[in-house]
Amino acid sequence: MNLKTEAHAGVMVIFVREERLDAHNSDELKVEMNRLFESGTKDLLLDLKDVRFVDSSGLGVLVSGFKNASTRQGSIKLCGLQTQVKSMFELTRLHRVFDIFQTVDEALESY
Amino acid sequence: MKNQIEIEITVPNQTRYLSLIGKIGENMAHELGCFQGNRETLGQHLNVVLTEALVNAIKHANAADPDKEVHIRISVSDKDLLIRVYDNGQGFDFNLVSRATCPDPLNEQGRGIYIIRSLMDSVEYKKSNGGNVLEMKKRLG
Repeated sequence: MNLKTEAHAGVMVIFVREERLDAHNSDELKVEMNRLFESGTKDLLLDLKDVRFVDSSGLGVLVSGFKNASTRQGSIKLCGLQTQVKSMFELTRLHRVFDIFQTVDEALESY
Repeated sequence: MKNQIEIEITVPNQTRYLSLIGKIGENMAHELGCFQGNRETLGQHLNVVLTEALVNAIKHANAADPDKEVHIRISVSDKDLLIRVYDNGQGFDFNLVSRATCPDPLNEQGRGIYIIRSLMDSVEYKKSNGGNVLEMKKRLG
């Protein structure tokens, strides 16, 4: 899976550079998020602007990250959701769980 | 003019084929002469339901055995589109996961069948030739 991680003033930003976040590759994102949390990261921002498809496994990994962040008094925020991805969040009501922003900059301003 | 399409695909029981199968469904939506709705949306929905159905077959019904196969048949008529996904494993308890209501958003699993049910008009899971078949129908007319 093509992931790029950058630190921005205490927030770790993961750029998910994949067209699909699904049962085939989403475990790799889970491993990366766990690695960052284990190494002391509290606040994670996921940029999903390249992702045009997400399935229930991909959503499950994001929920896992959300719960992991919560137990560590941290946070996980999302940005760059394409229309189809947004509709999956709405269908599963996850848009009520996550803080979702248009862009990385907009999300970073919220911390 | 004839509008019937029948596609049969067999892939190894591995998640690396999810993208291929999903895209076949998405592309099909753009070729349906009889469909008057939004083809973009239909294509996205077919991509999702094929992916979810395949994952159910691969991980749950076929217990992630990479030597097994998943067989998919897509049938299109003027009235509807029928997707059948066959597994040759022990199956899964469809009733346990067939809730019509949205699962708790904080659950990490258990959304697949809910998503399929939400995007298709009818969904059934039954025995077939020593294995099982998940049948998902979408009205086109």
